[in-house]
Amino acid sequence: MAYLRAFGSWLPERRVSNEEIAPLVNATPEWILEVSGIMERRYAADSDTVAGIGLLAARDCLDKAGVTSAELGMILVASGSSDRFCPGPACEVASGLGLSSTPALDIPVSSAGSLIGLILAAQLAPKMGPVLVVGAEIMSRRITLDPEGKNSAILFGDGAGAALVDAENGFARIADFCLFTDGASAETLFVQDGRFSMDGQAVIMQASRKMPRAMNELLARNKISPAEVEVFLLHQANLNLITRVASTLKAPRERFYTNIDRYGNTSSASLLIAADEWYATQTAPIAGPLVFSAFGSGLNWGALLAVPIPNTQATS
Amino acid sequence: MEQQARILKVLRQVTGKEISPGADESLFVSGLLDSFALTDFVSGLEEEFGVSVPDSDLSARKFDTINKVSAYLVSKA
Repeated sequence: MAYLRAFGSWLPERRVSNEEIAPLVNATPEWILEVSGIMERRYAADSDTVAGIGLLAARDCLDKAGVTSAELGMILVASGSSDRFCPGPACEVASGLGLSSTPALDIPVSSAGSLIGLILAAQLAPKMGPVLVVGAEIMSRRITLDPEGKNSAILFGDGAGAALVDAENGFARIADFCLFTDGASAETLFVQDGRFSMDGQAVIMQASRKMPRAMNELLARNKISPAEVEVFLLHQANLNLITRVASTLKAPRERFYTNIDRYGNTSSASLLIAADEWYATQTAPIAGPLVFSAFGSGLNWGALLAVPIPNTQATS
Repeated sequence: MEQQARILKVLRQVTGKEISPGADESLFVSGLLDSFALTDFVSGLEEEFGVSVPDSDLSARKFDTINKVSAYLVSKA
């Protein structure tokens, strides 16, 4: 048994508008908004590191949970934009939390990494103790702000999110999950030699089929209809994709929490940033199931179902 | 109904327009399909022709024209 206990996040101060990006990529601000739903995104400062911003989100999460880092059994850090491939940012996040022996592992999967982290944490928490899952990305350093890189450059922003998965306490029980990998399409989305590459058309086609299929499978085997879901927390890839997924699932669009208009696509951080923001707005006990879903490099994708614990008040 | 007419029927359902593109006219360049609409088009083809299109075949190259769609369906028969 494992529970969602708390979330956290951190976002850079610098706001980058469509007006700032549009002339660099030979587009218009209106076009960027139309094809992505993004109005602005945040860019990290030159002095920020992926591990550094991940640490800030981790601390925010632990503060909200009222848990000390010494109580953690494990740390998982997802990032597709880590400053160094090996070792990745997990060990630095652990060190930054003052830990010198707690296991800390990297999940180098852009976009879907934090979902994978949540799923692994649900399995590991009963054995290891509370697991802190972090998604941290500085994608602005992996894109190319020129007309050739337009389709990726308009999307991405920087940020970090975190979640605490606990075997004993929390506001929602992680009830089920599904996780998939299809390496045949790995070339459509990858980071190599420090640069991000994406066949946007192929990714949209794959994601708009795979994500609803994963969520439908998960909900069907738990005998829950999409209409019964309290909130869908998805990787914030593209607003049009989220709208399409809602339509395919025949679920009310308003049940899909979105913040992509303000932060852009923060890759593996986006799921946890969205979860943190959504949870912070909850003032009453959560009434229905939560569904998380993400799609990213690999290709990796999946979904996670969490069922609220009755009469548990939101604590964010 | 012949195969190409059935493909056109699905395309019209997806686009919501009474269109008649040429057999070799690019459905993407002409703006009739985009990435999102292609998934609907493929789902419609699966239903109309009783075939299963694997995700690995989700490529604009395979479904760019009526003739390419026709050839793909023949290969799946």
